[in-house]
Amino acid sequence: MDNILSWIIWIPIIGMVAIAFIPRDKKDLIKQIAAVTTGIQLLLAIMLWSVFDATSGSFQFMERAEWIPSLGISYILGIDGLSLPMVALNALIAFLGVFVSWNIDRAVKGYFALFLLLDTGVMGVFLSLDFFLFYVFWEVMLLPMYFLIGMWGGPQREYAAIKFFLYTLFGSVLMLIALLALYFACGQTFDMILMMERAPFALDGVVWWGMSAIKVIWVLLFIGFAIKVPVFPFHTWLPLAHVEAPTAISVVLAGILLKLGVYGMLRINYTMLPDAVWWFAGSLAFLGMINVLWGAMCALAQKDLKKMVAYSSINHMGYLLLGMAAVIAGGSVNGSNLMAAQAGINGAVFQMFNHGTISAMLFILVGVIYEQAHHRDIEGFGGLASQMPIYTAIVALAFFAGLGLPGLSGFVSEAMCFIGAFPVFRTMVIISTIGILLNAAYFLWAFQRMFFGKLNEKYTKLEDINKRELFTVIPLLVITIFLGVYPRPFLDMIKETMNVLIDQVVVVGGVAGIF
Amino acid sequence: MNNLLSISLFWPELLLTATILIAIVVDIFSQSPKSNKVSNYVIIGLLATLVAVFITNHSPTTLFMDSLAFDPFASFFKSIVIVATLFVIVISRYSNEFEGYHTGEYYALLCIMVFGMFLMASAIDLITVYLSIEVVSLMSFILAGYLKNNPRSNEASLKYVIYGAFSSGIMLYGLSIIFGLTGTTKFFAIRDAIATLDSTSNLSLTLSTVFVLAGFGYKISAVPFHFWTPDVYEGSPTPITAYLSVAPKAAGFALMIRFFNQVFVDGDSLSGLGWYSDVSFAWPELLGIISVATMSLGNLVAIQQNSVKRMLAYSSIAHAGYMLMVFPTISSEGVFAVMIYLVMYLFMNLGAFFVLIYVIQKEGGENFEHFSGLGWRMPIVGIVMTVFMFSLTGLPPTVGFIGKFYLFVAVINAGSSFYWIAFFGAINTVISLYYYMRVVKTMYLDGKPSDEIQVPPFSITAILLILAVPSIFFGIYWTPILNWVKDSLLFFVQI
Repeated sequence: MDNILSWIIWIPIIGMVAIAFIPRDKKDLIKQIAAVTTGIQLLLAIMLWSVFDATSGSFQFMERAEWIPSLGISYILGIDGLSLPMVALNALIAFLGVFVSWNIDRAVKGYFALFLLLDTGVMGVFLSLDFFLFYVFWEVMLLPMYFLIGMWGGPQREYAAIKFFLYTLFGSVLMLIALLALYFACGQTFDMILMMERAPFALDGVVWWGMSAIKVIWVLLFIGFAIKVPVFPFHTWLPLAHVEAPTAISVVLAGILLKLGVYGMLRINYTMLPDAVWWFAGSLAFLGMINVLWGAMCALAQKDLKKMVAYSSINHMGYLLLGMAAVIAGGSVNGSNLMAAQAGINGAVFQMFNHGTISAMLFILVGVIYEQAHHRDIEGFGGLASQMPIYTAIVALAFFAGLGLPGLSGFVSEAMCFIGAFPVFRTMVIISTIGILLNAAYFLWAFQRMFFGKLNEKYTKLEDINKRELFTVIPLLVITIFLGVYPRPFLDMIKETMNVLIDQVVVVGGVAGIF
Repeated sequence: MNNLLSISLFWPELLLTATILIAIVVDIFSQSPKSNKVSNYVIIGLLATLVAVFITNHSPTTLFMDSLAFDPFASFFKSIVIVATLFVIVISRYSNEFEGYHTGEYYALLCIMVFGMFLMASAIDLITVYLSIEVVSLMSFILAGYLKNNPRSNEASLKYVIYGAFSSGIMLYGLSIIFGLTGTTKFFAIRDAIATLDSTSNLSLTLSTVFVLAGFGYKISAVPFHFWTPDVYEGSPTPITAYLSVAPKAAGFALMIRFFNQVFVDGDSLSGLGWYSDVSFAWPELLGIISVATMSLGNLVAIQQNSVKRMLAYSSIAHAGYMLMVFPTISSEGVFAVMIYLVMYLFMNLGAFFVLIYVIQKEGGENFEHFSGLGWRMPIVGIVMTVFMFSLTGLPPTVGFIGKFYLFVAVINAGSSFYWIAFFGAINTVISLYYYMRVVKTMYLDGKPSDEIQVPPFSITAILLILAVPSIFFGIYWTPILNWVKDSLLFFVQI
């Protein structure tokens, strides 16, 4: 069990190096190596889940090593209830992603090498507790993502890839400035645990250009993370990248990469600048509301199935932001409604996980039909229910999960977000509920147009979902149904960490509060 | 130290002089028009000089009656210059641009230029400042125009001469005003004399420094003295372009750091830092604006280029801008960051130019279209070029990121009044991503993937890897460079 976190991070690199030494025409061997490495990673993640001590809210399985001592940079890894679900989710999605991309036939070697590099980058972000290391992993993800979209994507892939790259890099350079400002404020250390202790007090009363330094740093970090989430108005790269990316990459993008932004906010903004949470929570809830409505309305207008699913991600992220903003319900100003704060923040993390599984499922299903029909035009299908019964049943379940039907996991987390946010942001929550309605409308309408009515003559030869595709969808479906009926195992896992987080915002932020 | 004693610490330069003379003599007696004989001698001579630079150990002092400094700072820049020269000589041997030209004196001229840069790195007297800049410039003019039958090369040389003469004239004028004000040409005497000046001399002092800055700005191609750069870089033989973008720039920065640190600060140049208080001129702001203008112009114009060579020329302007970011802070951290950046820049920029040289040789051109599909045809060259492009952009885990990181650390640490410079630096990084990625895009996304794989000759592969492996290795573990720079950050200071 020693160094299990390092193993989780670096195993894909081992796979990548192995792939680099295999001749490029041995395609099956390359795929098998990718499957084995991500499989081992998944097993390690499951093992980690089973031995994780859920009664503690602090970091576990810590690893520490000197890296560049003169600058206070170390190699620190650790896991808590916030990163554990993300690590598990990433391991699962990466493993399934290998099978989703089984049909890639162009430059297989490069594809899987980059895929594994991406995997390492994402795991590194979730597990690193050194801000410098965090930043390095954050940037390392960009390179494989650029190539994966740009080389294996759809017709507009080059534009989509560079737009994704430029947007994300813009966010990360702002983050770099904020990172350095925090570094000097916290006594020249990148150790995130130390920074979490010192940063809330270190910047009190510091003013830059007539604005509180805390607010400036918060905004810089927020923009960096918001681009990844994406929060309106930084969302325009997302539909494009999603539509152009190959199926497996859309799955990873929606399932994992969008969570990085939220993870960053909770891990860094919320713990290091808790004062500013009070200042920004209202805006966060407002942006959440816009995300809900904007995402839903755009989804409603889409003709392309994949684009619709992409906009549904923006919509779902909106619920999550509302839940995150609800943390201030725990403060004395807002009646110390600790229950609401807990519901909101736990709901937000639960929503992160659920959106990961549900949107991954949706993108896989879009890929299934696209591979056979070679288009994704919702209007172009019709009556598929009789032609592909199993596929129809699974899509129905996935769509229901997406629209938040009770009994499926999406419902639980969305409800928690709303319950948390309601006491503090009553009006915005009420307006956001319109989003739920629209949400149901676009999923059901798309379903109706694709699967009911008369079968289009062109599609009498379509085959039903095959075994490999079933294999990639079923695990996600099982998780969705299981957590929808019985969410306790998940919520118990994260509860203590979330209590620590709420304490940090409410108690530390409340004491140091300068606003 | 008097002249006779100085000789004992000057022997790297003497070794270099001997190398130059041997190169000229060997060239006279060699018969074939393109012979590698001269370059062999020159490589051996330079390696010996490098060793001499490292083993000449003495506490910091001055040579030749206070006209040259002997200190670790100078040795650091001398080493950088020699390493860059060695790389350029090796790659010149493989470049096909010199076919049909007599290359013997080419190597001799390079060595004379190295000698000039040695002096630039250690000059602490206005006369040596001017002389060393002129030696380097004159050699650059000849080398830029080395391809006598190529009109572009002639144009480059001519433009270089005109701009060079113009800016060195301005600089000389500035130096003469400083001499007029202080009555001395020695840096430390000037510093002491300035301290006694009253406020009526402020205008002339400011003016003279601006003039001197024109000379430095020309050497490091800072806006608005950058106009020669794109044309000269485009017209020169590509190995010379690579050389000009690294070595004289490093020497220019050395000279500039020394000048500002030893003339215009209160007290000890590396501890009690602060701009000289009586000069009532907004130096930090002016230098900040020059820095932001340089990087923005370099980046914005680089986007529009169709020639990769010209793109790299503008990108090197942008990199000078990044390095200038720390000058307004005039802190030892800033100097430290520039020195680290120069080491990192040496690897990535020379690497990018060497890939370009190889592509010119193989594909017959330097435009983006010649790179199309390159990543599929020559996997090693493609991957290596991708590393250099990412490094020049400043993405981890490459040396470019570490270099930029230290620059940002120095700027942010200097206080919130400099944050705007860091902000522009950050935005410029994003802009630069666009055109560096265009190369990568052209190599991998354009053109047809072919099954035929070309492997460059072993020597080319080796030299590319020698530059690419450190570009990643030092991006992950850069403590060795850190220690080297830390040990070299020691000026000769006369209290």
